Amino acid sequence: MSGFSLMQVYLPIAEISVNVFYLLGLGGLVGALSGLFGVGGGFLMTPFLIFTGIPPAVAVATEANQILGASVSGVLAYWRRSSVDFKMGFVLLAGGMVGSSFGVWLFSMLRGFGQIDLVISLAYVVFLSVIGALMLAESGRTMLLHRRREAAKRKLHKHIWLHGLPLKTRFRKSKLYISALLPLGVGFFVGLLAAIMGVGGGFVMVPAMIYLIGMPTSMVVGTSLFQIIFVTANVTILQAYYNQTVDVFLALLLLIGGVIGAQIGTRAGSFLRGEQLRGLLALVVLGVGARMLFDLVVTPNDLFSLASSAVSAAGL
Amino acid sequence: MTMIQAIMKKRTPDTGNLLIPLLAVVFLLAGPAAVRAEALVADLSSHLIAITTGFQGSELLLFGAIDGEGDVVVLVRGPEEPLKVRRKDRIGGVWINRDEVTFKKAPVFFRMASSRPVEDFVPYALLSRHRMGLRFLEIPAADETVPQAKVTSFRTAMIRAKTREGLYTLGEGTVMFLGDRLFRTNVVFPPNVPTGTYTIEVFLVRDGHVVGAQTTPLIVSKVGLGAEVFLFAHRHAALYGILSVILAMLAGWLGAVAFRKV
Repeated sequence: MSGFSLMQVYLPIAEISVNVFYLLGLGGLVGALSGLFGVGGGFLMTPFLIFTGIPPAVAVATEANQILGASVSGVLAYWRRSSVDFKMGFVLLAGGMVGSSFGVWLFSMLRGFGQIDLVISLAYVVFLSVIGALMLAESGRTMLLHRRREAAKRKLHKHIWLHGLPLKTRFRKSKLYISALLPLGVGFFVGLLAAIMGVGGGFVMVPAMIYLIGMPTSMVVGTSLFQIIFVTANVTILQAYYNQTVDVFLALLLLIGGVIGAQIGTRAGSFLRGEQLRGLLALVVLGVGARMLFDLVVTPNDLFSLASSAVSAAGL
Repeated sequence: MTMIQAIMKKRTPDTGNLLIPLLAVVFLLAGPAAVRAEALVADLSSHLIAITTGFQGSELLLFGAIDGEGDVVVLVRGPEEPLKVRRKDRIGGVWINRDEVTFKKAPVFFRMASSRPVEDFVPYALLSRHRMGLRFLEIPAADETVPQAKVTSFRTAMIRAKTREGLYTLGEGTVMFLGDRLFRTNVVFPPNVPTGTYTIEVFLVRDGHVVGAQTTPLIVSKVGLGAEVFLFAHRHAALYGILSVILAMLAGWLGAVAFRKV
């Protein structure tokens, strides 16, 4: 009995027992994916946690806490290379703080109505299918044009009408003079996603920073990590305060697996063909999205479900 | 006519048993024909279920002895808590929680074990009075204006869900007799067993009358690090959040330092 029970860990907030090596492995797998592709991995981890049986509300809040740790790990490297635009980071962050606080408030409301699980699932179905489809199309195109050179020369920075909004500000490090409302808006939206979906939001923020804001690619990852750290810290504290859904045991186990996995992923990345792997990841993303959609549309075994209206307050 | 005697017994822990000293309240109900000192004596192998970090459920042994003939019924009941039940409806192809009924109280755990099907030896009035069986549980709706038919369907669904989770169980024929006097039964508590103070009632039924009864408490509680974390997260929620942030940052930083050479 002792050998078997040692491998099981009772997660105090999620209130279920899960195998330790399963959680370490899950952290490692998603960490390896993020090492390979430079994605945060939250958008895969949260669905996997939900499939494991962790309550969606706990999965989302805990994932924010884990991404915080993973992003601290990542940002240090970029900081040393000084590829963080702090001014841009702070503007994004201001939007992110408002967005994530609003998101946690919305989360509590939806939870009271019994609709939070539905909203989490729907948000995932939409985002995973869009991202999966885009990635698949991109990798397919790259595979077809593998040997062909793309000659089109990109302009350093294309000016669009969004940049002309009021509150024009100079971002010296990114060599931009644009409206601060744009990064504020991007930050707000990403903060909202962090609170509702338990993702860092890098998969939305990085394209938005490159194509919408027009930042140089070298600044993008470091700056987005900088923003993600503070937004996920805000989400963690607010979720813990309002909803008591942050499971610190779970977050730490996933972090340990994730840190090791990321190293393996980074090393493996140099031996493997990029576009094929990206195609594979796209299929994984689409598969996870399809599974979530399936769970939403398939007739449940029992239409009724229990929700204890009061948290067993005493505990002991 | 029944005569009720309450005997307060104070027990000290057995050697090797680290349980707290226990107050057991013994109710003795004796019919007019047979006035005996103790028609029924029963006890549990343990009065504490400790949910530790490695908790995977637990099984307790309930054992005892009876004086004379009869059948034994064991009722294990968890504390009562308010409960919300929701029903999904299909809207635009997606299943969405629509309707809900809140129950003022429902036992978080219920187990009935007996030496044979209770309907065979307990009259309806007694079944109902002692709440022997799922259909006799007292689970009132919080809002009394909700139509009775709706409350009934939600209550049935609630009992079904609890049964599926292993929290409401019936064990007819699971009280085993060894000889004519000694009996035993196992009570299984699943890994998701709710915490609180449980009561265990043991009845001796003879000729359609309860001739012996005993009540004994059982504590289900989280112990160890997991319990501390849970309590801390609920009592000092803001501080818990801040500490979670610090721990995650520390872990991330340690990870970065450990693999700095890469």
